[in-house]
Order: sequence, then structure tokens, then C-alpha cells
Amino acid sequence: MAPTPNWLRRRAPRPAAATDALWEICPSCSERLYRKDLDQRLRVCPKCGYHFRIGSLERIALLADGNFQELAELLITADPLKWVDRMPYPQKIANDRAKSGVLEAVVIGLCAIDGIEVGLGVMDFAFRGGTMGGVVGEKITLLIEECARRKLPLVIVAASGGARMEEGMISLMQLAKTSAAVERYSHLGLPFVSVLTDPTTGGVSASFGFQADVIIAESGAAIGFAGRRVIDQTIRQKLPEGFQSAEFLLDKGQVDMVVRRPDLKQAIADVLRFLTDRAASA
Amino acid sequence: MNVIVELEKPLTELEAKIDGLKKLNETQRVDFSGEIRALEDRAHQLKLEIFSNLTPWQRVHLARHPKRPLALDYLGALKGFTELHGDRMFRDDPAIVAGFAFLEDVPVFVIGEQKGRDTKENLFRNFGMPHPEGYRKAQRIMRLAEKFNRPLLTFVDTPGAYPGIGAEERGQSEAIATCLRISAGLRVPIVVNVTGEGGSGGALAIGLGDHIVMLQHSVYSVASPEPAAAILWRDSSKAEEAAERLRLTSDELLEFGIVDEVIPEPLGGAHRAANAMIRKVLSADRLALASLMRLSPDELVDRRYEKYRRIGSQAELVHDRAAR
Repeated sequence: MAPTPNWLRRRAPRPAAATDALWEICPSCSERLYRKDLDQRLRVCPKCGYHFRIGSLERIALLADGNFQELAELLITADPLKWVDRMPYPQKIANDRAKSGVLEAVVIGLCAIDGIEVGLGVMDFAFRGGTMGGVVGEKITLLIEECARRKLPLVIVAASGGARMEEGMISLMQLAKTSAAVERYSHLGLPFVSVLTDPTTGGVSASFGFQADVIIAESGAAIGFAGRRVIDQTIRQKLPEGFQSAEFLLDKGQVDMVVRRPDLKQAIADVLRFLTDRAASA
Repeated sequence: MNVIVELEKPLTELEAKIDGLKKLNETQRVDFSGEIRALEDRAHQLKLEIFSNLTPWQRVHLARHPKRPLALDYLGALKGFTELHGDRMFRDDPAIVAGFAFLEDVPVFVIGEQKGRDTKENLFRNFGMPHPEGYRKAQRIMRLAEKFNRPLLTFVDTPGAYPGIGAEERGQSEAIATCLRISAGLRVPIVVNVTGEGGSGGALAIGLGDHIVMLQHSVYSVASPEPAAAILWRDSSKAEEAAERLRLTSDELLEFGIVDEVIPEPLGGAHRAANAMIRKVLSADRLALASLMRLSPDELVDRRYEKYRRIGSQAELVHDRAAR
């Protein structure tokens, strides 16, 4: 992977579980992979091309040129519903923090991608399944507003199971809030590129995920409105092969391109450069 | 089976008996008024027993009651309702109804999610679960409302957007996302009525507006209890448990600032006085429009932005330095 930028080293260390294993098994082709080698290859299986999920910090290291100026990094959730299921919501949040090494399911900030200054938001599936509650909605909105203020392009990398159940309707209202921010931003003539990674479903795909000017799907990502579990339990019908995969969505006309992880940074940069090049539009 | 329909069976039987006696009273020489009064007292008692302390799950079923006024009942009560059909791309989705009408003196565009009353109707309406083409029909109506400077009224009543193969293929996410973006920036007033159940993004797609009215016994949640249970416990049969946790009742949502106004219902639910209820909702809409129509398009859109900007905003969150 790219050399770790300074800000990343300042972050909480990755949890032990993610760093201890020397070998990992590819869930797609069952190949036994040397972890360091897999990391070198951006966690894409060298044998079958399967893309392992990666965290928001790894993703930022992959996309940002070097420095990443994080915004609203200390924003953490309250417990508005006093939610308890198998355990209290604050306990779940504490576990997710330990597991993911991030404080919430999205990291936002300013950086350059191949020399182009952007506002970048990256979601983290390891934190509560990347679900959007008050903090995620707030951080996405802050990022969009900051991009509007600074006249910067906007790039959001989604990875989310949808709206966060534990914050109830406050979560659902984040779809409205982020959509309003995208709508306002869309009048400024600045590009918004959405990158959908594994998995992107529910409230995130049904709001800013699919509101971008250009939508890139990472190879192999599962993308849709209803998660497979909900579809299974509702229609009890066998789902077709490759249903809701990035490639399936490309075929159905729902995304602009499917890109493999090693090519992702370049693909984003190419789109941004075309859309922001003043000389070209003169 | 609807648990409220089961629960209210003795009451329904009693009410049928009262109706029968009343008819006899009118046509026969014998005076039954004493018996009728006694039975009416008994019915009232029974109503109190059944409806005074409903659990969240029972409230979900009251919101789904087959006799509850549906979107077309409200639209039909408007003057000169004309239905408009289709998304111009794929087909007309019967789970979303739309058109134009007059709310008293005000010409308005209208969009509603339409359930059926019986199995046959429900199969036609897909149980009020729209496909992408339904949301694209809604987008057409939103754009017409803006173009012709008419306020928009919406009627939310859906367990959610349809989770099926065709819906996914045709871009359910994009269809909802675009509804949200259009309604966020729409330069005419939007009054939303949550008349039955509101579930998830499929409800919010036509539920983003300037003034949100909710009927007392409607429910509105981040996901309807069945999919919420599937998400939380991988088991949709735990819906009753999910209903208890989701905080989906009108009083709670008013408290959270998610809805702006709650319209009280008669004991036992809106269907026990449907016409009066419909009139009450529509006059609340007219009142809301009166003040919204005084705002300029810029003021409207800014006010709407701030309305949603506040929900789950920084002020409510904790900046936790100790967490690092």
C-alpha cells in the first residue's frame, strides 16, 4: 500500500485482530494468501481478483496524494432513543470503535487526488455496518457545505448497510438532510463523484450515493436498495446469479463504470480533471 | 391477520347489533331506544378497554387497518381531482397515485401512496409498495408543481419501497434519491401527510416537505417493523419487538421534531369517523399552506434546508475528546 501519511499514523492503531493473522483465505477462490502480499496488492486477491473490504483509513491512504486534513473528527454520536437490543447502543458503538479504529462510520476531510484538491468522505463498513445515523449524516453534510464554501469538487466513497436502526427516524432524516445539501451543491457547477464500494445499500444508496454527477462502482461490490436479507425475507424468490453486483448494475444502466481498486484513484482523477479543467470548457 | 381487526371483533359485532336495532326502531312500532342506549354505553366501554392502552405493535396494525382512509379517499375528497398516470419510461405504477385538484380555493398537485382494502386490490396496488416507476411518476408531478407554481400535497402510506428483482434492476435507489433531491429544492410549498404507515426511504421519497402532518395513530419509522427485525435480528418474525424499539408513534415523532403537527383521531381510529377525519386533515393542510404560500421560493427552499439541517446536527452531538 501507499506509504502511511502522517495523519494516519496519529490515528488509533488498527485493532490486533486485523494485523495478527499471517495468512488469509480468499472467500471467493479459497486461495491461501500471505497477508503482507495481499496488503501490497491493495487487498485484491492475486488469483481471482476478489476485492476484500478495506477500512476508511486504508481507502484514504489509497486515494489521497499525501496529506489529509480531517474535518469534524471528534464528532461522535449521542444515544437519542436510548436504544437497547442485544446490548445498549453505546456499548455497540464502543465495540465498533475498537474493531474499526475509527470514531464513526465516515471519515471526512480535504486532500488532493492526483494533484486535484477535493473534499473527500469515506465510509467504513467495519463501524456499525457503515450505517448512517446522526453523525454520518452530519459529517456528510458538513463536507458538502465545506466543498461549496471552498469551491472544491466532492468525492464520497460509500460503504453502508443503509440507515442506522439504533437512531430510528433521526437516521431516516439524514437522507433528507444530505439530499438537501447535494441539491444545493449541484447548482454551483462543481463535480460530485460517488464511488460505491462493497456493500452500498439502503438509505445511503437511496440518497447521496446515487445523486452524483458520475457514479463509479468498485469491482465486485454489492449495490442496491434492499439488502439481500430483506429481499429474501420478503419475496422468498431465488435471486439471479450476480444480482446487485457492480457489474450487474453497469449492465442495467445504474452506474457509469466499474473500476478495479488499483485503477480507482486514476479513474476518479480522470473524471475530476475533465469536469474541472477550465481551459477545456473555455 | 390484522391484530386490531381481531381485537375489535366483539366491538364490531356489538356495533352491528346497535345498527340493526336502530333500523328496527325506525320501522317498527316497538321502542328499542332503552336497549340501544345500554348497548351504546357497553360499546363505549369496550372501545375504551380495547383502544386506551395500545402497544406499539397494535398501533402498527391500527395504522394498517383495512378500513383506514387511504390516499385516494383524501384525493377524492378534494374538488375536481384529476388523476395523472405514468412515468413516461416504463409503466404506470398503481402503488403511487398522483394528479391535480383544488384544496378549497387552492389549485394543488397531489401524490399519494395507495394501498388496497382487500386482497384483490392489494395485489393490484402491490400493498402500497412502489417500484422505481412510481417514484419517477412522483418526480414528474413534483416538476409540474414547480413549473406551474402550484403547491404540492403528499399522502404517505407505505410499508416501504418494493424490495424485488425488477425494482432493483430499474434503479430503486436512484429513483428514491432523485425524489429526495427534487423535493429538497422544489420552489413551491410541500405539505406532507402521514396518513397510515410510513416505512423507510420509500415513504420519505414523497415525505420531504415544509410542513409534516401526521395522524395520531399513524406510524412512521426508519424501516417498517418486519424489515427492521430482519436487519436487527435476521428474523422478520421479531417485528413486534422491533416495533417497540423504533419509536414510531406520532407523539414520539412530534417530540423528536420529525413531524410538525399531529391530528387527533377518534377513539378506535380514523376509520370510525372517516369523513370527519379526512376533512380535518385537509383543513390542516389548507392552514399550513396559508402561511407557506406567503414565502418567496428562495425563502421556502432555505427554510426547508434549515428544517432538515437541524435534525441530528452538531448541537445535539457530543464532541468527545476523551474518546481518542
